[in-house]
Amino acid sequence: MKNQLKELSNPKKFHSPIVIDGCDNDILVSMFESMLTIRKTEQKLAIGRESGLIGGPVHLGVGQEAIAVGVSQYLQNTDRVFGAHRSHSHLLALNPDFYRLFAEVLGKETGFSKGMGGSMHLFDQSNGFYGSVPIVAGTVSLAVGAAMAAKMQKTNDIGVVYIGDGAVEEGVTHESFNLAKIQNAPTLFVIENNLFASHMHISLRQSSDMISRFAVANDIPYELVDGNDVVAVSQSAKRLIDDIRSGKGPRLLELVTYRWYGHVDWRDDVDVGVERSLNDIKDWKSRDPIARLSKSMIAAGFWSQSQEDTLNQRLDDEIDNAWSKAMSDPYPKSDSTLRYVYAEK
Amino acid sequence: MCMQKSEQMKMTTEKHNYGTAILSAFEYLLENYPEVFVIGQGLWSPWYVGNSMTDLDKKFGAGRVIDTPVSESACTGAAVGASLAGMKPIVVHPRMDFMLYAMDAIVNQAAKWSHMLGGQANPGVTIRSIINRGGEQGAQHSQALHAWFAHVPGLRVVMPSTVADARDLLIASVLCNDPVMYIDDRWLYDQEDDLPPVVELDLTNQRPIISLVGSDITIVASGHASSLAREAAKQLKSEGISLEVIDVRVLNPFYAEEIIESVKKTKNLLVVDSGWMSGGFSAEIIAKVVEQLPVDCLNNPPVRVALPDAPAPISRVLEKAYYTTIDDVVNMVKKILKN
Repeated sequence: MKNQLKELSNPKKFHSPIVIDGCDNDILVSMFESMLTIRKTEQKLAIGRESGLIGGPVHLGVGQEAIAVGVSQYLQNTDRVFGAHRSHSHLLALNPDFYRLFAEVLGKETGFSKGMGGSMHLFDQSNGFYGSVPIVAGTVSLAVGAAMAAKMQKTNDIGVVYIGDGAVEEGVTHESFNLAKIQNAPTLFVIENNLFASHMHISLRQSSDMISRFAVANDIPYELVDGNDVVAVSQSAKRLIDDIRSGKGPRLLELVTYRWYGHVDWRDDVDVGVERSLNDIKDWKSRDPIARLSKSMIAAGFWSQSQEDTLNQRLDDEIDNAWSKAMSDPYPKSDSTLRYVYAEK
Repeated sequence: MCMQKSEQMKMTTEKHNYGTAILSAFEYLLENYPEVFVIGQGLWSPWYVGNSMTDLDKKFGAGRVIDTPVSESACTGAAVGASLAGMKPIVVHPRMDFMLYAMDAIVNQAAKWSHMLGGQANPGVTIRSIINRGGEQGAQHSQALHAWFAHVPGLRVVMPSTVADARDLLIASVLCNDPVMYIDDRWLYDQEDDLPPVVELDLTNQRPIISLVGSDITIVASGHASSLAREAAKQLKSEGISLEVIDVRVLNPFYAEEIIESVKKTKNLLVVDSGWMSGGFSAEIIAKVVEQLPVDCLNNPPVRVALPDAPAPISRVLEKAYYTTIDDVVNMVKKILKN
């Protein structure tokens, strides 16, 4: 495999605080809170899954929070955002309602998808989240179509799809890149390159570790940055989204990152993971997007450890309360299985 | 608003064949519904889909009648995505065989979207595919896979066999809020009829209809097979055999009540289907009917006429034997009634 990502994929690099010069302090704090909310929500899900209270699989993205938070900074609620199997963060970055996420994952009717979808089928269209599905690359073409619709409807809304490095091994992704380009469809392809598809390292699956090469192949302008630097992610996202909204066609944003948990559920997955070692995980945890932003904000003097402690406590309490509430919520009514097959009149 | 537009149309009937009936449905939809667009391969070609879409791109513009890259999967998925964003897309697959690249968008995404998201979003996308067979085209230019799609909850599957249904069920499919597989058959394109002005039908109310009333045997079919059944009925009438022909029209969701009542009357059941025999839709029809019949109701065991369980051959002698003919249906009716 060609190592075209260079240092970006080296887990021993990018451990230092991120550069926040020129950023708005309130926005930084808000992005910090959003990332921390997502992390704590997913850690709660990990506990719920390990204890057996959650019956179905959960694909956790702990370690990857900066991507959804950075990208969502420049999205509007009329945009059309599509996710994949690991999409808790994509939704929570648009709407941090972890109570409805808990309810959904527990299969309760108060959930985002009325308890019919679970972790892998999330929905919150009023905040721009059109849906997530676990079929790899299953929503790439849907996002292009929703973007084509935005153009036909003469809005400045855009289609957004989050996919991983594995999704470019599916043929439909390449069809979709080409279709978006030829239709000048206002689409942002967000590639969360965490170097793994399920248990397989990218070196065992592709000839290069740089997904952006497919943007080049389709003449789609792209940016490639450290996915664990929320400021870098958001600045790249802003440039690309501005271009897309102004009618310049599709753009691709590749973010290099790493997931702390295994492919599914709460384990490290070093035992089933090919080329996945505890040492690598340890090094990647030192590239923590949340800790790096915290250090930068404290060094800049507008954030303190005591403020962070207070925030931690508040979020922990809110998450515990939301979990308890979701646990006691009702399941969908027994007629739901047949009720939602077709559109209701 | 739509009724007013219908009223403005001339009230006389118009001469159509199956192909121009489809064309007129597209024209009606594109004229009256700005959210409708059409996407698929061959739409800017004069010959790809027979006479069923002639000059639509010139009349309504290449932005609403979109010819595409050779990408069945992405184009179908894009139509699903556009439908979620408030559009009413029609995807066209000029030959059903090529549509198999799009199975994920159809079966995993469109069919399940409503259910898995608690009914909060509905992909009102119409997927039109054409059965285009014969002419020594062989195994991959010939398939009739309607049974597959009828197996999937969440999809509506429509197979028009008449000129009127070719137009009216296409309009009903597009106006429906669910994903619809609309399957037409090139072997029906020359069929002619006089059509009244368009009346918008609610697809969710469309059921099997009795095309011909008879008393000796019930024949159930859809699409081109329905036309074979109607032709067989004409021939057998002169021999004093009376066929009740039921056209299924909508294969999913499939309602069997009309068929059950008919079989209670005729006490004989023959199903003709343009797909393969094993695991085919003919089996579903018989199962649904027999489950509801008194055990001693039938005079003869129910019978199926369908394709042999083999891909379509290209050699003309083999091909001629492979496809069901009117004579096959006639002979099978005689054989059943002779017992």
